[in-house]
Amino acid sequence: MSPAAGFGAPSGIYVAGVGLTPVGEHWELSLREIALQAIEAARADAGGLRPQALFVGNMLAPALSGQTHLGALLADFAGLRGIEAAVFEAAGASGGAALRQACLALASGMIDSALVVGVEKITDRIGPAVNAALAGAADADYEAVQGITPTAQAALLMRRYMHEHQVPAGGLAGFALAAHANAVDNPYAIYRRRLTAEDYAGAPRISDPVTLLDAAPVADGAAALLLTRGEAYPPGAHRPAARVAASAVATSALALHDQPDPLFLSAAALACQRAYAQAGVGPKEIQLFELHDAFTVYAALALEAAGFAERGQGWRLAADGRITRDGLIPISTFGGSKARGDPGGATGVYQVAEVVLQVQGRAGPAQVQGARLGMAQCLGGAAATAVTHILTRDDSARQGSDSS
Amino acid sequence: MEVSRHWRLRQQRYALVGEVCPHCETKIFPPRDICPDCGQDAKTLYQFSGRGEVFSFTTVHDAPAGHEGNAPYTVALVRLDEGPMLTAQLTDLGEQPVEIGMPVEMVTRRLREDGDRGMLVYGYKFRPRLSAA
Repeated sequence: MSPAAGFGAPSGIYVAGVGLTPVGEHWELSLREIALQAIEAARADAGGLRPQALFVGNMLAPALSGQTHLGALLADFAGLRGIEAAVFEAAGASGGAALRQACLALASGMIDSALVVGVEKITDRIGPAVNAALAGAADADYEAVQGITPTAQAALLMRRYMHEHQVPAGGLAGFALAAHANAVDNPYAIYRRRLTAEDYAGAPRISDPVTLLDAAPVADGAAALLLTRGEAYPPGAHRPAARVAASAVATSALALHDQPDPLFLSAAALACQRAYAQAGVGPKEIQLFELHDAFTVYAALALEAAGFAERGQGWRLAADGRITRDGLIPISTFGGSKARGDPGGATGVYQVAEVVLQVQGRAGPAQVQGARLGMAQCLGGAAATAVTHILTRDDSARQGSDSS
Repeated sequence: MEVSRHWRLRQQRYALVGEVCPHCETKIFPPRDICPDCGQDAKTLYQFSGRGEVFSFTTVHDAPAGHEGNAPYTVALVRLDEGPMLTAQLTDLGEQPVEIGMPVEMVTRRLREDGDRGMLVYGYKFRPRLSAA
């Protein structure tokens, strides 16, 4: 343990259950119904445990569903009427922000169990309305008014990245190809098919140089985590436990143009540094990294910010095949946002759920062999908010009651 | 309609008025009253020249609501000569290809519209610098 470990580090917080739902276009399901599926799955995975509080991560319900107040809505709809509940928003990092708040609450000792659900219902609206809602994560007065979109911001970063670091055309293809290959085995992924280098090279440009295959599909989805303090952990001994080893948030300037160095994701770097200090580890110890890959360039920049590559070299990890599940640093092991799908504010909860399954050895065909320590990081907007969590396998606490 | 919201920003949108930090001389746009570099009060108004160069750029085809009528359009990060960067559409491009480093200057144009009877929002865009030297 480094001297910094322990300072602000979570202690005795476990993930007792995870619940995932397929990311996709769910015409037959409403916001509350998708959330309920994830909540019920997480509670069942935790042996039916009833949480004391609900932390909701959501970004777009006010803009796209005309619905605020998701805390009360979802607690009531999930049969948890009466419990403490509120929603947390940090654009694409909303799910991570909700989880962070749950960790703070558990660490405070004021509650013993918490349910985190990330949910997004996007496909009831189309095109311009969705683009305008997504652009709300940028600076409304100085970015959105100029017609900017998240895709355009990724394109601004990608063009500059390729220019400054002499990245060849197609240099980022490896991120899309690896993500799609990993999603083939994931029943919750929206795209379960492999891509070829030819597919990537021939993809239509949607915001030059970003192509359709640099961009993650934005779709409906919900994921949930049931967290407890050690003393509230369901008894039994059927599977290894996943403990929260680090929980950190950092922010940067909201507007991309206000970043002193747009190609350095300072919030992402800061959140990782804080998480490493809490867990007493460094990037060398991290065995898998569920990072922000809503666009391929962010995956490269996130690898650099987290210390897995030097500035301008993150893309080489993908080009050299070092990000696959048997590679140096596996990323997007269930397909990432690129192929599992990007359910906005729910993404951060999917990422952590995936890391939990990995460190517990429950990832099935997606398993990274021997994984005991994994990291998840979600980013909001053009990386103005970064939330990083590290999960570790903890054999000292055992969990049971798979049957309930 | 948000009339007051856009009216409040008229000095920034029409005249590129920002601030200069009286403590460390950092030029600030958009204005934010607290210097992002030294953290001290910075409320001294500063008139930017409107000249800069393209830091990066792209084309938007799939536009958000209020901008559909203008698509496709080019948006850029523009590094102003005085230091700060801003997000702006490029205009009056003609056949000229855009490049990183291209000198540009501010002009005032229509930014967005809210339907036939809605408000028209005007503000800065940037065009290739006519007197590029």
